[in-house]
Amino acid sequence: MKGRPLSEELRTWIRKIEDIAAGYGLDFFPTIFEMVNYEQMNMLASYEGFPIRYRHWRWGMEYERLSKSYAWGLHKIYELVINTDPCYAYLLSSNSDLDHKLVIAHVYGHCDFFKNNAWFAHTDRKMLDTMANNAAKIARIAERHGHEKVEAFVDVCLSVDNLIDYHSPYINRRGSGEEDQLLEVQKLPARNYMDRYINPQEEIERQKEAFKKRQEELKSRFPLEPEKDVMLFMLEHAPLEKWQQQILTIVRSEAYYFVPQRMTKIMNEGWASYWHSTMMTQDICEDHEIIDFACTHSGTMAMSPTSFNPYKVGIELYRDIEERWNKGQFGLEYERCESMVEKQNWNRDLGLGREKIFQVRKVYNDVTFLDEFLTPEFCERQKLFTFGYDRRKDSWEIKSKDFQTVKDQMLGQLTNFGQPAIYVEDGNYKNRGELMLWHKHDGKDLKPDYGQATLENLVKIWKRPVHIRTQAEDKTLIWTYDGESFEEAKE
Amino acid sequence: MQRIDTDQRRFRDIVRGRIRENLRRYISKGELIGRQGNDRVSIPVPQIEIPRFKYGQRENGGVGQGNGEPGDQIGQGEQEGSGQGQAGENPGEHVLEVDVSLEELAQILGDELELPNIIPKGQEKFESTKLKFSGIRPTGPDTLRHHRRTFRHALKRQLASGQYDPKNPVIIPIRDDYRYRSFKEEVKPHHNAVIIYMMDVSGSMGDEQKEIVRIESFWIDTWLRSQYKGIESRYIIHDASAREVDRDTFFRTKESGGTMISSAYETCSKIMQTDYPSGEWNIYPFHFSDGDNWSADDTSQCIKILKDEILPKSNVFCYGQVESPYGSGQFVKDLRIHFRESEDVITSEVKGKDDIVRSIKDFLGKGK
Repeated sequence: MKGRPLSEELRTWIRKIEDIAAGYGLDFFPTIFEMVNYEQMNMLASYEGFPIRYRHWRWGMEYERLSKSYAWGLHKIYELVINTDPCYAYLLSSNSDLDHKLVIAHVYGHCDFFKNNAWFAHTDRKMLDTMANNAAKIARIAERHGHEKVEAFVDVCLSVDNLIDYHSPYINRRGSGEEDQLLEVQKLPARNYMDRYINPQEEIERQKEAFKKRQEELKSRFPLEPEKDVMLFMLEHAPLEKWQQQILTIVRSEAYYFVPQRMTKIMNEGWASYWHSTMMTQDICEDHEIIDFACTHSGTMAMSPTSFNPYKVGIELYRDIEERWNKGQFGLEYERCESMVEKQNWNRDLGLGREKIFQVRKVYNDVTFLDEFLTPEFCERQKLFTFGYDRRKDSWEIKSKDFQTVKDQMLGQLTNFGQPAIYVEDGNYKNRGELMLWHKHDGKDLKPDYGQATLENLVKIWKRPVHIRTQAEDKTLIWTYDGESFEEAKE
Repeated sequence: MQRIDTDQRRFRDIVRGRIRENLRRYISKGELIGRQGNDRVSIPVPQIEIPRFKYGQRENGGVGQGNGEPGDQIGQGEQEGSGQGQAGENPGEHVLEVDVSLEELAQILGDELELPNIIPKGQEKFESTKLKFSGIRPTGPDTLRHHRRTFRHALKRQLASGQYDPKNPVIIPIRDDYRYRSFKEEVKPHHNAVIIYMMDVSGSMGDEQKEIVRIESFWIDTWLRSQYKGIESRYIIHDASAREVDRDTFFRTKESGGTMISSAYETCSKIMQTDYPSGEWNIYPFHFSDGDNWSADDTSQCIKILKDEILPKSNVFCYGQVESPYGSGQFVKDLRIHFRESEDVITSEVKGKDDIVRSIKDFLGKGK
């Protein structure tokens, strides 16, 4: 897609802002800006930032939604930047020059984050090409096997694309397989002549027996441990045709690509906002521009009572951390101080704030970020609260302003992206090749109609009945779809 | 064409499929009425969504920010949290509103109920003109220049005159090569048609009965509009006497008192005589009542008017009898006795909203 050329003035500004950003210590991939109109912007946003994706109706649906709400003036996408090397960022042509500058500064914040945050380290920086290749692959498959068939199968794959193991890129889950062998007999260290007293024959026999038994048990278990990457399990064990495997692989890898973005939404937006705000106010804005800047900025930071604005929470937390580390409000001595007054006026003039937030942006993700840096004082200052639905009044209302409750609610919402944790429990359920999934219930029930529809899709991949063990209102339930009908059984 | 257009078209196809699946429900619930713009309807389509394992919405709650104390209300029931376009933290039920043109809706209705196209009677007297960009000419404004044709001509010329070098394929159009799109006026003759709605608004017709009439006439209107260009609608209400009203009044008026159906038929016949000389117009009188008439005398008067004046000039006369707890429901029986042989009278009884679909099919299924 070809955007409009950037004006000479804007190009000068890009160079200037790049220098300013680098001067603050931001470290980014080369960044390419393109000017697009709102239609192109909506289209790019529908494709999740990438100009070429495989054919699918849901992009069209998103595009229709975006176009409509743009036409009604409900929203406007200011900027779009994707995690690639070089970074691509899109500017909206109808924006004012001041808005452009703000967006450019914001984008450099994102680019620095993409490059330096540990959770992005493994991502495919050539995703632009990869996505286009995936689109071409699926198009080829569609030509051979028919568009409708392929579309239907893509729908099925998307229906399970949240059943992946978000942390697997960072952990070797399956191990090397050597541990088990080592465990056969554990002898205590002993000198030769003491050996038969310290490691008596009976004990060794007992251990061998136990090991054998465990081996037997493991053999009958498939998978050995519940597996969270249901998609991978399907890829490895479901009776799929080759083209279906290709599609499932593509959908799975694209789902993994977006994981770090979703893991660091608050941190990433907060970081970019922190930097656009810093650069705009310290370096970029002329005096007469500051009001307009403040207007746009506060619009982005606005938080409504019924939703959670990652920009706002992110930027405020970074600022809070910066201030605390500047003043030395951390560590044992500070924590143990019991005088509120002293705590409030605590200032050791350490000036470690900047350094600290750079470190934070490198190693944390949203969950660890909030877990570590959310403080009762912060919650109170920011007027955070939890809300819930009241059935009797048919309305949403404020539930609590208690720090721990707010924190728990936030973390709960972020853990697993607020989605139910589902595992493969048994790939050979009842020795009939049926699939048993397990919903690790954490107090929230599954939505039954969605669950049922998802099971139907799973059967299309697994080709045998699929079950899921879940809970509803404190009772363990097993939902089953056998290819024809849906059944619910109490355990 | 943009890449997204293909995806958007595919999405719209799916939406149309959904509307078709749910059409019967839309019809009997009357959901679409009142959502109508000039020539478009906005239709709520449930769940075009990829199903995934997820939590029920109500389970969720969330974290918000602002002034207030525990117990304060911050939003109404069905509301979905949103803000800054970054929502998503607080998933809500998605009901998609899709705009569909009335023409498209009529097509879906026709497909679903297997309605035959209407064969118009009379001559095609009325003409409408339409501009169509279908031609090419050598002169015109630059904005309408047809680049491909222009270059094709330039290539032809260069080939013919030996100026074209395949090794250095440069094509330079000159003035004579330029081609422009041009429009032609297309004159399309078409038939004209009028629907004359009559409704009994006497005391025995309750709100529910009128709702049924309203829904049915919406769909009849939609269908006939797709069949004729420039269709007109006229509205007559009657109790013991009849008068012509506008659309709004037609659906809202509640009178009390007796019922003289003949009064409506007389008014109808008068309108037909003065405004719609037969032969040129396709006329569709629709009459809805609960079947309660004042007297047998009046009924025979009605039948006389129908036979002598209305039927000869109309395509078909439709009578819909809505069941009401007060009416005797006699009128439909009388009509059936007198017009058993006739194909020009269609009667249909509607017991409740679920009958609307069948009734529409009764009326429109004959292709008249």
